[in-house]
Amino acid sequence: MEQFTRRLLTIVTEAVLERELVAEFEALGVRGYTITDARGQGGRGRRQSDWTQEGNIRIEIVCEPALAERIALKMRERYYEHYAMILFLQDVNVLRPDKF
Amino acid sequence: MTPGPDSHTVAPPDSSPTVSRVLQLDPVIWFFVLGVAAGAARADLRLPAAIYEAVSTVLLLAIGLKGGVELARDTGGLPFAEFGGIMLLGFLLPLPAFALAHYVGRLERADAASLAAHYGSVSVGTFAVVIGYLGTRGIAFEARAPVWVVLLEVPAILAGIVLARGLSGDVRWSRLLRELFLGRSIVLLLGGLVIGWLAGPDGIGPLRPLFFDLFKGILALFLLEMGLIAAAQLPTLRRHGLFIVVFGVAVPLLFAVIGAALGRVLGLSAGGATVLATLAASASYIAAPAAIRTAVPEANPALSLTAALAITFPFNIVVGIPLYERLAVAFAG
Repeated sequence: MEQFTRRLLTIVTEAVLERELVAEFEALGVRGYTITDARGQGGRGRRQSDWTQEGNIRIEIVCEPALAERIALKMRERYYEHYAMILFLQDVNVLRPDKF
Repeated sequence: MTPGPDSHTVAPPDSSPTVSRVLQLDPVIWFFVLGVAAGAARADLRLPAAIYEAVSTVLLLAIGLKGGVELARDTGGLPFAEFGGIMLLGFLLPLPAFALAHYVGRLERADAASLAAHYGSVSVGTFAVVIGYLGTRGIAFEARAPVWVVLLEVPAILAGIVLARGLSGDVRWSRLLRELFLGRSIVLLLGGLVIGWLAGPDGIGPLRPLFFDLFKGILALFLLEMGLIAAAQLPTLRRHGLFIVVFGVAVPLLFAVIGAALGRVLGLSAGGATVLATLAASASYIAAPAAIRTAVPEANPALSLTAALAITFPFNIVVGIPLYERLAVAFAG
């Protein structure tokens, strides 16, 4: 079975940013993403998922490495300073390269 | 409850001295206390987010429907001067709050503006409690009161953003306005009002059991969850110290006087003036935090949210509302 390598970009951040980030992704040309509610603890304290004001989300985007890089740069430049946000990149294998 | 010479309510039929009556607390308030206690003790109690959403949706629709049904009964038309006055109140309330936080509290501009937006805007939860409070005591108020909530929610948030940013700057106003006006409290309150108005007192019959008869029970569940959420703010409270506590109590008291006075000027009933005073005193913990977080990111979100949720909301529902009612009655003279 032939497999193709793409980048998986995972962002964990504040739920209030969801709409704004979705607009950013669309402007950058992202074709698909997955968002789930999340909770955890980090540099900005414990974050619950049971209330949108305080909740976190986890965003996953599988795309070409160049696009993943552009998104990551945009996140760092615009949101790192004032928002609770982490992101990480990893290689993943996909079966349908044209989809990502 | 001892009916004094100035008492304007009918004495409750059953006057057995239950603990709740001795403390003069509406039983739903105890659910809030339970939530705070359970949260503070880290009890194994968490309502799923979907429950909070469902409960607050039913509350907002119920308040809207009730207002709409009453409006259908009364064909007096809508008093636009009153609506203008209340909206102006929404724009102006942030100014004293900002001045107090920035010049007296020595908070950064962004933090002071954020507090001003939260305290100028309104809390729908507090509104639900005052509606329940007046309902229990059989005190009438204007049916259009839910419209006041809608009028007061957005202007203060806009004023707060302008206080932080100025009129220029990098705020994406069109998107911000759309999100504010399409926020769930406005959509559900106005939607309920319109449906209630269209259906009228007879048409609403089948919906009565869920939206009207269960109102207090749903309010109790809502307050339980609010208690848990407020308790989660307590660690932040310790970090921000005395100023935020004083601010969270003093500003509602000041704003309640302004709200009650405006109610008097606008010729509202004592019940209506109580609602307006309570709305002025309340601080937003849903619309304002979300809007300020994206429009003024450098403001510390925990500061305003903690003040609104852990200080002002409990203060208003436990101590404030009975006080504002007396204030409104005194103003009505």
